[in-house]
Amino acid sequence: MTTDPTAPAPGGPPSPPGAPPSSSGVPPSSGGGPPPAVEVRRLQVALGGVPVLTGVELTVAAGEWVTVIGPNGAGKSTLLRAVGGLLPAPGAISLFGTPSEALRRRERARVVATVPQSPVVPPGMAVLDYVLLGRTPYIPPLGRETAADLAAVDDVLGRLDLRGFADRELATLSGGERQRVFLARALAQGATLLLLDEPTSALDIGHQQEVLELVDQLRREHGLTVLATMHDLSIAGEYADRLVLLSAGRVAAVGPPRAVLTEELLAAHYRATVRVVQGEHGPLVVPVRRRHG
Amino acid sequence: MGRRAEPTLNRLRSGRVTSVDRPARPAAAPAGLRARWLVAGLVAVVGTLVAGVALGPVSLPPGSVALELLNLLPGVRLESGLTEREIAIVTELRLPRVVLGLLVGGLLALAGGCYQGVFRNPLADPYLLGVAAGAGLAVTAAIALGAGGEPGRLPMTVPLAAFVGALGAVLMTYLLGSAGGRGRSPATLILAGVAVSAFLSAGQTYLLQRNADSIQQVYSWLLGRLATAGWGDVRLVLPYFVVTVVVVLLHRRELDVLSLGDDEAGSLGLHPQRSRYLLIAAASLGTAAAVSATGLIGFVGIIVPHTVRLLAGSSYRVILPLSLLFGGAFLALTDVVARTAAAPGEVPIGVVTALLGGPFFVLVLRTARRMLA
Repeated sequence: MTTDPTAPAPGGPPSPPGAPPSSSGVPPSSGGGPPPAVEVRRLQVALGGVPVLTGVELTVAAGEWVTVIGPNGAGKSTLLRAVGGLLPAPGAISLFGTPSEALRRRERARVVATVPQSPVVPPGMAVLDYVLLGRTPYIPPLGRETAADLAAVDDVLGRLDLRGFADRELATLSGGERQRVFLARALAQGATLLLLDEPTSALDIGHQQEVLELVDQLRREHGLTVLATMHDLSIAGEYADRLVLLSAGRVAAVGPPRAVLTEELLAAHYRATVRVVQGEHGPLVVPVRRRHG
Repeated sequence: MGRRAEPTLNRLRSGRVTSVDRPARPAAAPAGLRARWLVAGLVAVVGTLVAGVALGPVSLPPGSVALELLNLLPGVRLESGLTEREIAIVTELRLPRVVLGLLVGGLLALAGGCYQGVFRNPLADPYLLGVAAGAGLAVTAAIALGAGGEPGRLPMTVPLAAFVGALGAVLMTYLLGSAGGRGRSPATLILAGVAVSAFLSAGQTYLLQRNADSIQQVYSWLLGRLATAGWGDVRLVLPYFVVTVVVVLLHRRELDVLSLGDDEAGSLGLHPQRSRYLLIAAASLGTAAAVSATGLIGFVGIIVPHTVRLLAGSSYRVILPLSLLFGGAFLALTDVVARTAAAPGEVPIGVVTALLGGPFFVLVLRTARRMLA
């Protein structure tokens, strides 16, 4: 099997995710280079009348890994949902140079794939069928999978070392195996932009590293762009090119990990007492207990 | 979702795990309707068709009945050995009744499976959104307002009232459930269904209290019946049957996607809201048609899809077509019991579906657990 799993099925509709729609009419913000994978401008989101995001600005270059950090309730997941097109944000979000609302749902699903924080595990569904659901944006509304869809899924399963699990029930897999399956479904979507909401929150430290290494390897091999949210700050800093610190719905800091993971910023926005130690791949954040008296 | 890990353990103990032993297996086949299940479903339908026509007060040999049924196909002329009178019993009395049972049972089971998928709720049945209460109130009103003819026979206005009442109730549920505007969820719709059902049932109870003499007629309708079925009933139900079956079966893959929840289905390119309302409309239309023809027959819509799910697989590509076939066979078979168990009288079919279906389902639940464990 030599087909690239991130490529759409042969004979699929035009505008494959590998070659995102050109920036016709929408000038890319950064000079004459390729348009950024994600461009968020003055994003406002209110849920039930309560403002959750206020004036959020964010640019993610194609091929970059950006991780959003921030305390609980800062709006990290909401930001990801807005970028994924699940929340209306007219005029605020462009994907590969195209305004998000100009994309139809199926088109958007071929450009952006989301792994939610705790994906639904349908009872009784086998791994193969679950990953096949990732081909939905390529299957005509009332149609069924073609041999090309099956081949694409088989390739993804091989790449993620999941072929042996193909007919296992998803609900019977361990947390780490499941996370690989969730990732496989997202990859089967053939999208070049991957949104990962707390991809490792359910995993032990070894499986966290395993999954993130896998994401990074896929990113390098297939030129994927990753926009993630994460709670573990040290791990967030080790894998991301840039971090975005979100606090109370606003961007408090953006930049490379060593510029964002500082004792002062974390104290101000997390109300946490930490020591930041410079590690091999980035700053390591160690929580320290406050001593009274 | 906290899933248990015991099934894996149990499988390991019983040596049933194959995928772990052979990691380099060829690509597994995706979920779909296996040929043997399709054949089993068709055999069940044909079997109940023959049995339903052969059994009754006048016993007819099944072989002759099968030949006579083949004679109904265009271009077939076989000698069945039945007399004119027996042929009339087959084609004018029993056949329409069995066919109506197949149609209504199939519709109710299909609608139940569809609702369970649309609402991601295993307890959903075809009457979830108020169909039963709406039809019940309308029928009670029609009978109380003097539409009742001679006792024992229901006038023609009753099916019409049932149909209008059923659809009216679903419409009310829909308007109430979507009143919140954005952010309405499947749960809102279910709650609206509960409220509408309670409201309409209260109205029905009040009407019954005021018109105690119509209680007998109303209850004979509420318990469901195939007794008066003629070809006219079949012709009334058939168009709705076709529309519902086509729409629901075309959406069987979408129902699998919807099982991921609205957010994930949305990020896979679906319009969950749109699919949901289309499916609800189709399933409600079919249910209303079924209810108008045969009254309220419970249990089929919840037991048949779950039995199929336990035995044949949990994908809606399996559940929906098999629910259609086995639901029809189940109801037609139940009707045979209903009209032979206490012959020459009849047991209300709704009573038989529950009496037969309940224990059968428990049996399936137990054996399927053992098979899966």
